[in-house]
Amino acid sequence: MGRPWKLSFISAIASFAMTGLAAAEVVYHRGNAGEPKTLDQHQTSIDVEKNVLKDLYEGLVAYNPKGEIIPGVAESWSIGGDGTVYTFKLRDAGKWSNGDPVKASDFVYSFRRIMNPATAAKYANLLYPIKNAEKVNKGELKPEELGVKAADDKTLVITLERPTPYFLELLQHQTGLPLHQASVEKFGKDFVKPGNLVSNGAYLLAENVPNDHIKLTKNPNYWNAKSVQIDTVFFYPTEDNAAAVRRFMAGELDTNYQFPIDQLPFLREKLGAQVRTPPYLALEYYAINVTKPPFNDPRVRKALSMAVDRDYLAEKVWGGAALPAYNIVPPGLNGYALADVDYKSLSQLDREDQAKALLKEAGYGPGGKPLKIEIRYNTNESHKKTATAVADMWKTVLGAEVTLLNTDVKTHYAHLQNRGDFDVARAGWVADYSDPQNFLFLGLSNNRVGNYSQYNSAAFDAAMAKSDVTIDPAERMKVLRTAEDTMMKDGPIIPLLNRASLHLVSNRVKGWVDNVQNDHRSQDLRIER
Amino acid sequence: MLGYTLRRLASAVPTLFIIVTVAFFLVRFAPGGPFDLEQPLAPQVLDNLRRTYNLDQPLHLQYLDYLAKLVRGDLGPSYTALDFTVGEMLRRGLPYSIALGASALTLALVLGVVAGVFAALRQNSTKDYAVMAVATVGVTVPNFVVGPVLQLVFGLMLGLLPLGGWGGGDLAHRVLPTIALALPQMAVIARLTRSSMIEALRADHIRTLRANGLPGRAIIAHALRGALLPVVSYLGPAAAALVTGSVVIEKIFAIPGVGSYFVEGALNRDYTLVMGTVVMLASFVVLFNLIVDLLYAALDPRVRYD
Repeated sequence: MGRPWKLSFISAIASFAMTGLAAAEVVYHRGNAGEPKTLDQHQTSIDVEKNVLKDLYEGLVAYNPKGEIIPGVAESWSIGGDGTVYTFKLRDAGKWSNGDPVKASDFVYSFRRIMNPATAAKYANLLYPIKNAEKVNKGELKPEELGVKAADDKTLVITLERPTPYFLELLQHQTGLPLHQASVEKFGKDFVKPGNLVSNGAYLLAENVPNDHIKLTKNPNYWNAKSVQIDTVFFYPTEDNAAAVRRFMAGELDTNYQFPIDQLPFLREKLGAQVRTPPYLALEYYAINVTKPPFNDPRVRKALSMAVDRDYLAEKVWGGAALPAYNIVPPGLNGYALADVDYKSLSQLDREDQAKALLKEAGYGPGGKPLKIEIRYNTNESHKKTATAVADMWKTVLGAEVTLLNTDVKTHYAHLQNRGDFDVARAGWVADYSDPQNFLFLGLSNNRVGNYSQYNSAAFDAAMAKSDVTIDPAERMKVLRTAEDTMMKDGPIIPLLNRASLHLVSNRVKGWVDNVQNDHRSQDLRIER
Repeated sequence: MLGYTLRRLASAVPTLFIIVTVAFFLVRFAPGGPFDLEQPLAPQVLDNLRRTYNLDQPLHLQYLDYLAKLVRGDLGPSYTALDFTVGEMLRRGLPYSIALGASALTLALVLGVVAGVFAALRQNSTKDYAVMAVATVGVTVPNFVVGPVLQLVFGLMLGLLPLGGWGGGDLAHRVLPTIALALPQMAVIARLTRSSMIEALRADHIRTLRANGLPGRAIIAHALRGALLPVVSYLGPAAAALVTGSVVIEKIFAIPGVGSYFVEGALNRDYTLVMGTVVMLASFVVLFNLIVDLLYAALDPRVRYD
């Protein structure tokens, strides 16, 4: 055997061995629908940020693949003080990616930072149930007076303003993820950059090329690292979701979040069970301006709601990527029974007959005063189709004169939030935490920004206030349900649809479970190539 | 020549100032602001944000503040890409857009001129019509059609090339977006070259050259020099548009360039990002127009800048 031959033999073996090693590294290519606007958990506001942040960090509690609360950094907790004092016991094994232990003081620092007015955190109000949080956020109290204290390195005590039965749900939100104090203080705004960012979750930040990719690698210091199967995660901001579908079909992406709704039938046929469209906690609705005649008449509002054929919207307009909605609270929330909506059980034809009768009783429609309605909606193909369909239903069933007004999303919401004049306006809400309260609060009379209808009901407000102080979970759900009963009877909004979360999940990917929270951590997945 | 260049650059300053001023106030006239979101923000949170970003100040003070920072080269923080300043975003995205734009421009220029000359020399022949027919298609088919078609054919059906992403800038990732970006420009350049070449070939000085028995190749070279003038003046704005990125191509092929900044910035009411993009675009247009004027002198002996 001559030497050159021998050498090339050895190098062939070596390269074979290296290919073997490379193949052993499990890489996950994850289409993430858009570019995270920030990797700072205190500036975050959207779900594409959540997907990255929850891979990087772990909060006190987390969601399992089914969307149920499980221990995170906290291995256990107890609730005292009539539901106002939460004591968390932190894991001894909890470590930051640089090897520092995760301490209760890290959480104290994080909660103070998000409430500090100088941070200007968009979702600070989510954590207002914490004692003094709102006052700190308004600059009336010092951050040190926030009701979050470290009893020792591994014990965190959070005191609340009032019992908040969904508090654990709030803590799982990405705003509840901890920060590594030393690196944030050292790098300032730049702590989010690769090389600077210190995380305590399953992954660490290896690269961030905005609008191209975010690369995460497994965090060897994560307490549960041994059960993390995927070594490297690439997040791609697949904003052009039609192009993302092609990349998925070519095998460039293992999963992708969002796809064009009008491609759903085609995708179902081509990709079968790889197309996932589970409902999630998202509501599409029309807000009615209850302060303006004729919409101040509940009969008119109910007639408008009954005349909408939601099955048609869900199947034909949204192509099955949404379910008909009759309630403000979406189905799928543990322990909550939706309020009865009396016309839900009727056929659409019966609903239409009753709607005509109600409208006549109110003195509008054929033979009465003309009913003129303007539907405002923001630029989006689905919203446009929905508005066109609803306008047609109101025209044919109720004989209304319906006009459409389309503006871009900023103009639309600025108009609604600044109390601009309108008749009917499209709106949407996606839950920040899984609790009926996160939908029902849209109807509170003191909700200046989200209650577009300007609904004002003392009975509803009272029921909501009562739910805030009802500690027994089952009892509280009943109270919330009475609030929803009241609101649905008054009908300040027309619930239209519960949107589905749209995912393409390759057959290679195992462990993906559909859940209403639309929460999917890479650490819970496996990839079989 | 140097004096002319400096004079031109100096005269660009008031132009840029006017552009910046108009853009600053125009973008503020659009209803809604950067923090009007589908999930509305709490009033207290909104106050904190406005204070942090100086939006609680009267508009004229914000304007003066912006100008003062701009002079120092500070384009301000982005309201949407919260972890970056506008300057950082442009510095990061521009190399991708320039790389892609430059290769597309080169491709369009070389193939466009060759095709144009080829067609001009065979005026009214079948070959001429064939080239011009292809060029017409190139101009009329929009790039949001060309892009996906290229992806479907070369990526999905033939499996030859990646469908998207920059991939560290390797050739494979650049082929499809470069072609998609170059095609319409190539078509315009081919048509421009053809018509001005036909005109040049009929010019008196070319006829004289012909009469003196110069070989065909030399005649083409002489005619082309004059024929390129309209192409060069087209290239100025075209180059500025190409290197500052195409929103459609960059979206379809997932290129991390600056192409989408202007549209996204405007839609998100990201005032500073819009302003930064305007400054960048305007600077490129000024720069490329200057280059075009200087090239004129090189191509046309009658033009002198002294």
